[in-house]
Formats: sequence, structure tokens, C-alpha cells
Amino acid sequence: MSSGYQALSYLDIVAASVFLILNAVFSIVLRLGLTKTLIVSALRMTVQLLLVGLVLKAIFQSGAIYWTLAAVAVMAVFAGREIWARQDRRLTGFWGPGLGAGAMLLAGIMVTVYALAGQIRPDPVWSPQYALPLFGMILGNTMTGVSLGLDTLHTSLFRGKRDVEAQLLLGCSRWDATRPVVRQALRSGFTPIINAMAATGVVSLPGMMTGQILSGVDPQEAVKYQLLIMFLIGGATGLGVLGSVFGSIARLTDSRHRLRLDRLSGGQKS
Amino acid sequence: MVGEVLPVLKIEHLATPLIGPIDLELEAGSCTAVSGPSGAGKSLLLRAISDLDESTGSVSLNGKSREAYSAPDWRKHVAYIPAESGWWADRVKDHFKDTPELNDLLNTVGLPDAMDWQVSRLSTGERQRLALVRALQLNPDVLLLDEPTSALDPPSVERVEGVLKHQLADGKMLLLVSHDPEQPKRLGARHMHITAGKLTDAAVMESAQ
Repeated sequence: MSSGYQALSYLDIVAASVFLILNAVFSIVLRLGLTKTLIVSALRMTVQLLLVGLVLKAIFQSGAIYWTLAAVAVMAVFAGREIWARQDRRLTGFWGPGLGAGAMLLAGIMVTVYALAGQIRPDPVWSPQYALPLFGMILGNTMTGVSLGLDTLHTSLFRGKRDVEAQLLLGCSRWDATRPVVRQALRSGFTPIINAMAATGVVSLPGMMTGQILSGVDPQEAVKYQLLIMFLIGGATGLGVLGSVFGSIARLTDSRHRLRLDRLSGGQKS
Repeated sequence: MVGEVLPVLKIEHLATPLIGPIDLELEAGSCTAVSGPSGAGKSLLLRAISDLDESTGSVSLNGKSREAYSAPDWRKHVAYIPAESGWWADRVKDHFKDTPELNDLLNTVGLPDAMDWQVSRLSTGERQRLALVRALQLNPDVLLLDEPTSALDPPSVERVEGVLKHQLADGKMLLLVSHDPEQPKRLGARHMHITAGKLTDAAVMESAQ
């Protein structure tokens, strides 16, 4: 791993921030009003990453499965909350946070376990150095897909209530009547990962691959890893989006093929 | 006619949290008009009958209860045409099935070329007439019409009422929400009044066709 690795000192990090600080100075001089947000988010990022570095180091050193699982649980809670927060209109009750997080976790955990046990095969298989970054990447992308899919579905169902009901009234089943909105939601949930696959390698090198190359890994090996990750991410995102969108349709209609928008709440943003 | 049931839509104790309980019987070839102030529950009544809103009580068609039908099947027999119609595709023709009687229906409502049009260019009145045609294609036994002529000019009103009279002569049952006090008379309708979700007989007239 360390054939060509150049270690950084903390002084190097401070030196790298000089251009960002320059931007803050420009903002003050030009009265752009961005100074505060810029500095706050830079400081926030610094603190978050330093803490994550400490925590990960501790978990890696302990190598214990329960610390690994605890980290997985914390990531899952944050990602689940994020899905909930990114929806303008949400399912009421337990389903609001539950459905999106459930679909994301089911897809994310299944794909992560499959890759760890099948292709990467670290020893032990739950080795945090592999499990946590892998799970993080898969979870993060699935989270984005699921929240986009659900947000689009709920907004277009709410706006298109009349169109869906018109089809129900002509004797369509709830699945047929919601097909146009489902298609829209699936497309919206799949878009980021499809775009990422299309642009990868041409416009920019993916972050993980860049990291591996910087730490001295043969580019061809880094590409193999990147492909593995992209397939896993794409698969997990797809499963998560499909599961959550169809789950939500099942919840927002009933067995008598009625549209049940009374099970939807929110709409503050619009 | 022993053992044969006369075609009838029977509504007993129909209620939702906002309307009812409502009892009403529609017979073959009969028209019933409901009027009342806005917010009284006219549209909610039609939604409840078509099973688009959850309701308690019982509704049956020709002796067969609503629950014995699948919901899509029920809505094909008991067609509800809302005041504002929904259009889910860009082209008008994507909302219609290609049945042999489609052209005749389009002609009778005065829109023979509508299949070549875009939905975005339809006027409210055109939408209203096309939504009626779309529902008639299902050949339903019962038509639940929510202000079917509210956006139409007098010649179009006459055309649509002609279509409705034809349906009545065919033995269909009509339940009509209308703000036009003359419309029930022209259709020979029994006139009912709805206030605060309760239905009462307006007892104005009970004229035959």
C-alpha cells in the first residue's frame, strides 16, 4: 500500500487552507456576505473529519465486531434521518421515517455483506477497515436515491391527484393508475447514479480511485476496485429506490384501489 | 319477470366522516338531480358512491353489493365524472380506447377531430365533454355526473343533454349534480337537495320523461 505514499503533516493541511482563507478575505472586501457561512462550514468540516479520523482509528485498532456494528448503526440512523428530512411531503406515522430507512438499509446491508463475503473477503469478514468505508459509500448513494425517489413520488402524487383518480375512475388498478408518477419517481431516484456512471473517469476520477492512486496503488488495481464499488452502489441504489417507491405506493393506495393522500403530510417548503 | 331484479342502484346509510347517512334509490332509465350550496357534500356523495372515498353503509347494483365487485370493476359499472377532469398524457387520444363507437360519441358532443389534439390546448368545456365521452366508452349502468355542463355554451349544453337523454332511454341511471335549476326539468329528473351532508327530497316535481 505504501510504495509511493507521501504522508502529510498538520502544517501542510493549514497551508492548503490558504486559498480558502483568501476567498473569505475577498468576500469581506467585496461584501458578498459569504464569509460567515464559508468559515463556519470549513470549521465544521475540519472538526467532523478530525473526530471521524479518531473514531475510525480506535475502531480499526480494537477490531471488535460490536464497535463495527455500533458505527454501522450510527451511520444508519444519520442516513435514515437525512432521507426523512429531504422529503417535502412524507408518509404519516411510523412509515414516514421507517419506509425510506428500511428500504435503504435492506438494500445497503444486503449488497455490502454480499461484497464483503463474496469478492473483497477480508479476514475477518467484518473487518472495520473494509466494512465501514464500503458500507458508507453504498449507504450514502442509496440514501440520495431513496430520498429523491420518495420526494418526487410524493410531490407528483399530491400535484397529480386528479390525474391518478381519473384513471382509477376509468377502471384502472392502483398500480396502472400510478404508473406515470412511479416512472417519474424511479427516474429521479436513478438519475444521480446513472450520471455518475456516465461521467466517471472522463470528467473526473472518482474520489475513492483518486485516493488509492495517491496512496500508491497501481491505477489498474484502483480501477478494478472502483468498478466493483460502482456496481455495488448502482445495485444497492436501484434496489433501495424500487423498494421504497413501490412500498410508498402500497401505503398511499388501498385494497379498494383508492388514492390515500390522507396518509401523506407536510408540504411546508412549497 | 319472476326472480328477475329490476336494474337499480340502491344506497343505504351511506356515510363518510363528512356526509350522510344517505339513502337513495336509482331506477333504470331514471334521472336524479342533486343541488345544494357549495361545501354541502355534493361531490363527496358522488366520490363515496364510486368508492373513491372510504365510506360505511351499503351500495348495491342490481342486488349485487359493491364489495362483491373489485373496485375497478365497480367503477366501470358506476362511472363518476368529476367536475374537473384529469388528463395524464400529453395527447388527447392516449386517454381513449379505440372502440367502434368512439367516433359517434365524439360527433354527438360536437368534437369530431379531438383525437388529433394536445391536452394542453383543450378548453375547460372541451375537457368536460371529452371526459364524458371517455366515461361513456365504458358503457356504465350508472352515471354520476358532477356539473356536466357548467363550462359549456348553450349549443353544447343541448348536445350533452341530448347524449344524457339518450342514455336514459337506454335504461341507464343518472345521478346529476347541477346548479342550473332548469336542467333537472329538461332531463325529467327527480330533484333532491343536499345540505350539510344530508339528502332531502326537494319535492318540487316528479315528472315523467
